[in-house]
Amino acid sequence: MNGIQPPTIEYGQLSPLLLVFGAAIVGVLIEALAPRYLRKSLQMPVTLLGLVGAFALVLTVVMQGVPTKAAAEGAIAVDGPALFIWGVILVLAVISVLLINDDNEFVASAAAVPGTPEEEDAIAAGGAHTEIYPLALFAIGGMMLFASANDLLIMFVALEVMSLPLYLLCGLARRRRLLSQEASVKYFLLGAFSSAFFLYGMALVYGFAGTVSLAGISDALGAVGGQNTLLLIGAGMLGVGLLFKIGAAPFQAWKPDVYQGAPTPITALMASGTLVAAFGAVLRVFWVALGNLDWDWRPVMWGVAILTMVAGAVLAITQTDIKRMLAYSSIAHAGFLLTGVIATGAEAQNALSLKGILFYLVAYGITTVGAFAVVTMVRDAGGEAGHLSRWAGLGKRSPALAGVFAFFLLAFAGIPLTSGFFGKYAVFAAAVAGGAVPLVIVGVVSSAVAAFFYVRVIVLMFFSEPAPDGPTIAVPSVGTAGVVAIAAAATVVLGIYPEPVLRLAEDAASTLFIR
Amino acid sequence: MEPAKIVEHAGGVIGASWLMIALPLLGAAILLLGGRRTDRWGHLLGVAMSLASFVVAVVTFFELIGLPGGERRRAVGLFEFIPGLVDMGLLIDPLSISFALLITGVGSLIHIYSIGYMSHDPGRRRFFSYLNLFVAAMLLLVLSHNYVGLYIGWEGVGLASYLLIGFWQYKPSAATAAQKAFIVNRVGDFGLAIGIFTIWTTFGSVTFQGVFESTLKPEQGVLTAIGLLLLLGACGKSAQVPLQSWLLDAMEGPTPVSALIHAATMVTAGVYLVVRSGAVFFPEGSTAALFAAIVGTVTLLAGAIIGMAKDDIKKGLAGSTMSQIGYMMLGAAFGPVGYAFAIGHLITHGFFKANLFLGAGSVMHAMNDEVNMRRYGALRKALPVTFYTFLIGYLAIIGFPLLSGYFTKDGIIETVIHHNEVLGWLAVLGAGLTGFYMSRMVFMTFFGEKRWADDAHPHESPAVMTIPLVLLSIGSIFLGGYLVLGGRFMTFLGPAVGMPEGGVPAFHPFTVPGLATLALVAVGAAIAWLRYGRVPVPVTAPRGSFLTTFARRDLYGDALNESLFMRPGQWLTRIAVFFDNRGVDGLVNGLAAGIGGTSGRLRRVQTGFARSYALSILFGAAVVAGALLLVGNL
Repeated sequence: MNGIQPPTIEYGQLSPLLLVFGAAIVGVLIEALAPRYLRKSLQMPVTLLGLVGAFALVLTVVMQGVPTKAAAEGAIAVDGPALFIWGVILVLAVISVLLINDDNEFVASAAAVPGTPEEEDAIAAGGAHTEIYPLALFAIGGMMLFASANDLLIMFVALEVMSLPLYLLCGLARRRRLLSQEASVKYFLLGAFSSAFFLYGMALVYGFAGTVSLAGISDALGAVGGQNTLLLIGAGMLGVGLLFKIGAAPFQAWKPDVYQGAPTPITALMASGTLVAAFGAVLRVFWVALGNLDWDWRPVMWGVAILTMVAGAVLAITQTDIKRMLAYSSIAHAGFLLTGVIATGAEAQNALSLKGILFYLVAYGITTVGAFAVVTMVRDAGGEAGHLSRWAGLGKRSPALAGVFAFFLLAFAGIPLTSGFFGKYAVFAAAVAGGAVPLVIVGVVSSAVAAFFYVRVIVLMFFSEPAPDGPTIAVPSVGTAGVVAIAAAATVVLGIYPEPVLRLAEDAASTLFIR
Repeated sequence: MEPAKIVEHAGGVIGASWLMIALPLLGAAILLLGGRRTDRWGHLLGVAMSLASFVVAVVTFFELIGLPGGERRRAVGLFEFIPGLVDMGLLIDPLSISFALLITGVGSLIHIYSIGYMSHDPGRRRFFSYLNLFVAAMLLLVLSHNYVGLYIGWEGVGLASYLLIGFWQYKPSAATAAQKAFIVNRVGDFGLAIGIFTIWTTFGSVTFQGVFESTLKPEQGVLTAIGLLLLLGACGKSAQVPLQSWLLDAMEGPTPVSALIHAATMVTAGVYLVVRSGAVFFPEGSTAALFAAIVGTVTLLAGAIIGMAKDDIKKGLAGSTMSQIGYMMLGAAFGPVGYAFAIGHLITHGFFKANLFLGAGSVMHAMNDEVNMRRYGALRKALPVTFYTFLIGYLAIIGFPLLSGYFTKDGIIETVIHHNEVLGWLAVLGAGLTGFYMSRMVFMTFFGEKRWADDAHPHESPAVMTIPLVLLSIGSIFLGGYLVLGGRFMTFLGPAVGMPEGGVPAFHPFTVPGLATLALVAVGAAIAWLRYGRVPVPVTAPRGSFLTTFARRDLYGDALNESLFMRPGQWLTRIAVFFDNRGVDGLVNGLAAGIGGTSGRLRRVQTGFARSYALSILFGAAVVAGALLLVGNL
C-alpha cells in the first residue's frame, strides 16, 4: 500500500499536442504581461512557431515509427490516421492563421456595443484583439485531441476545448457585427445543445458497457451483441453530437448562419479544420467503439448521408450569399464523406475507405481555405461583398482572382485534373467496393446538382456585365496572397500528381485505428 | 519480326527522361504566372527550357542506343494517376525518342528564330510561354506509355494550338480561325476519346504494354472499330480529309507557330497515333489500314491541288503540309516498311517544311507582313540567305535526287505501289503536283520582276532568324540520305514498330515508279516555269478556270461543311429546340423548377431562429434514436 500509481504518459508521442497547447498558454501570458503595442508582433510568431513546430514533431513521431499502442493509459490514440489528421489540421491551421493575421477582419473592441461612440473610439485608436491567436491555438489543439481521443470522456473534453474558443471567435467580425454576434450566440446555444446529447449518449453507453474507453465499449459489445435499448439510444445520442459537428442533415441548420456571420478567416478554419477533426472523431466512435454494431447504425447512417447530400446540394441552389453557398456546399461534401464512413467491411475495405476519406479531407480542406481567402478579398464599402449579385462580372475586373476562384469551384464540383476529382473518386470508389452503390448514385446525382450552383457562380463572374459600383478587389496582404497561391497550387498538384498524398493516406490508413 | 517487348526501367538518364516534359512545362508556368515581370527575359527562358529539353532528349537517345536492340523499349513508371486505373509513365523507345528529338530540336530552332520574329510584338513573353506549353504537351503526347497520357498531351497541344492561332486575338480572322481549329478538332478528339474508352473495355488496360502485349484475342470487328475511331482522331489533328478545313485558316497564327505546330510537329500526331497503334489496330491488309491509306491518298491530292492555286504563301505551304502528311498516312498503312518511311518522311518533312515556313516568315518579315505572292517577285537579291535556304527546302520537298525528301517520299511511293498499284500511282501523280506548286511558289517569290507594294523595303533578316534557317536547310539536304541509305532508320525503328519479313529492302534508285516520279516533278516544274517564271505574273489574280476556283476555295471544303453539316445542323438544332421547348423542357424545367422550388421551400425552414434549429436537432435526434431502436430490434 504505497499510494497511487502515477500514470505513464508518453510525452514523445503527445509532443505535437503539448506544443500547440503550450503555445496557446504562452499566448495567454503575452496577453497578460506584454504591453499592448508589442502583442501582435509577438503573437503571430509564437502561433506560427507553435504550429510549424508541432508539424515537425508529428513528422518526428512518424519517423520513429507509428505507435501501436494507445498513449496516456489508453486515453489518446496516436495511430496512423491520427498522425495523418494532425498533420492535415496543422497545415490547414497554418494557412488559416495567415488569413487570421489580416487586421481588417476582426473587431477593434468586442466589448463595445455596435454603433456606439465606444466602437468608433476603439476603431480610431486602432485597437485589435490579439487574443484571437491563443484562442485559435486552443481550438486547433482541441481539434487535434478530438481526432485522437480514444475514450469518450477525453473526446468530450476535446470537443469543448475545440468549440468554446470558436464560439467566441465567431463573434469578432469587424463589420456587420450584429450578424456576427448573432452567429456566435446561435453557434454557442446549438453547440451546447448538441454537446448535451453527446454527454447523455456517453452516460447511456457507460451504463451499458461500464467503461468510457472506445476499446472497452467494443469489447462489451462483442460479448453481448446489439439488442440493448440503453446502448442503442446511447449510440444514437453520441452520433447526434458528432453529426452536429460535421454538419450532417438534419443537424446542419447552424452551418450557413454561423459561416456567414463569422469573420471569414475563422469560417475558413472551421470549414476545414473542424470538419477534419470531426470526421476523425466520427470514424473513431463508429468504427472502433461501435464497429460491432455496424449492422444497426449503417441503415441510419445511410439515411443521414442521403439526406445530407441532397439537402446540401438542393439548398445551395437558392442561396444568394457566397458564404452561405459555400456553407451548403460544405454540408454536401460532409454527405459525400459519410458515404466513405458507411462503406465498412473487412480490414482491406476499411483501409480503402479510410484512405479515401483522408485524401478527401486534405483536398477539400485546402481548397476551402483558398476559397474563403478569395472571399476576404472581394470587398465593398460595407466590408466583404457577400451577395452573389456583387460578384457579377468579377472576371472582367479581376480576371486572375476570378480565375482562381473559378478553379476552386471546379475543384469543389470534382472536375478532373483538380484535387476534388480524386477526392470524390477515392471515396466513391471505396463506397462502391463496400457495396454502397445506391449511396454513390445519390452522391453523383447530388454532385451534378451541386455543379449547377458552382458553375452558376463562374457564369456570373465571367459572362455578366460588371455592376458600375461593383466591389473593389482589396490588394491582398502577403499572407492572404500566399494562402490563395498555396491553395491553388495544392489543388493543381493534387489533381495532377496525387500519388504522394494518396500514398501517405494509404500508409496512414493501412494500420487502421489502434484500440 | 515482332516489335520488342516493353521492359520496366528505372534510373539513369532514361529514368529522368520526364525532365524533357517538366522543363518546358516549368518554363510555361513561370512565364504565365510571372506575368509582366518576366517580359524582359521571358523569351530567353523559353529558349533555354526548350534547349535544355533537347539536351535531355539527346542524352536519353544515346543511352537508349547503348542498349542492345531488343531491349530498347523502356517503360519508365512515374506515378499513380487515377488510383487503380491509370498509372502515369513514359515509354522511351526508338519511335518516341525520334519524335522527341524532332520536337525539341526543331522546336528549339524555332524558339530561337521567334526571338527575332516576335521582337517587336508586345506579347512576346506570352508567345514563348505558349510555345513552351506546346513543347511540353507534345512531348507528353509522344512519350506517354499509355493512351490516357497521350490523350492529355493531345488535348494539351490542341489548347496550345488554339492559343497560338488566336495569338493576335484582336484580329477577328485570327479569333475565328482559332475557334474553327478547336471545333473541328473536337470531332476528331471525340473519336479518339471513344476509341480509348473502347480500348479500356476491350483490353482492360490503357497502357501500350497492356494493349500490345495482351493475350486477349478480341473480335476483328472490335479492333476495326477502334482503329477507325483512332483514325478519326488522327484525321482531326493531322488535318486529313474530311477534317482538313481548319489547317488553312490556322495560318492566321504567327509564322513560327505555323512552322512548329502546323507543319513540323503537332499535325504529325495523327501519324504517330497510327504508327504507334499500328501492330494491333492497323495491321497490313486490315480494313482500318485500308481506310487510313485512302484518307492519306485523298488528302495528299487535295492538299496539292489546293496548294496549286493559293496566292497566299503560307496557305500554299499549308496545302503542301496537308499533302505531305497524306503521304505519311498512306505510308503508315503498309506495315513495318511503311512505318519506317512514314516516320522518316515525317522527320525530314519536319526539317524542310519548318525551313520553308521560316523562310516564308523571313520574306514576310522583310515585306511588312505581306503574304500575297503576287506582291513579291525578284526577292533573291534582296534576301540571299533566305533565298538559298528556301531553295534547298524547295528541292527537298519536291524530291530532287539525293536531298532529304527524295529518299523518304520515294520510299513511301515504292512501298505503296508494291502493295496497291492504284494508290501508289496516285501518290506519283501527287509528287508531280508538288513539283508544280512548289516551283510556282519559288518563281513567284524570288524570280521575275518586282511587284512590291510602294512602301516595301525588303532587307535580310537578323542572324537570330537566318541561323536556324541555315541549320534546318543542312538537315533538309542530308538527313534523308542518312536515315534511308543502308536501312539505318528502319533498323533503328525496328524494336518499336517491328521489322519487315525478309529484312530491310535494298534501296533501288532506278525503278519505274521512281523515274516516273522524277519525270512528273520535272514536268510540273517546267509548267510552273512557263506560267510563272518566263512570263510576268499579274498583280491581281486572273479569274481562272473552273478548276482554279475549285482549288482556291479549298476544294469547296468549307462550302461542303457548311451545306452538309452546318446548315442541316442548324436545322436540326432548330427542330431540336422546337421539340425541346414543347416536350423536353417541360420535363427538364419542371425538374429544375421542382428542385429550385423545393430548395425555396426548404429554405424557409432556415428561419434564423436558434429555437427552431434546436427543435430540428431534437426532432432529428428522436428520429435517429428511434431508427436505431427499430433496426436494432428487428
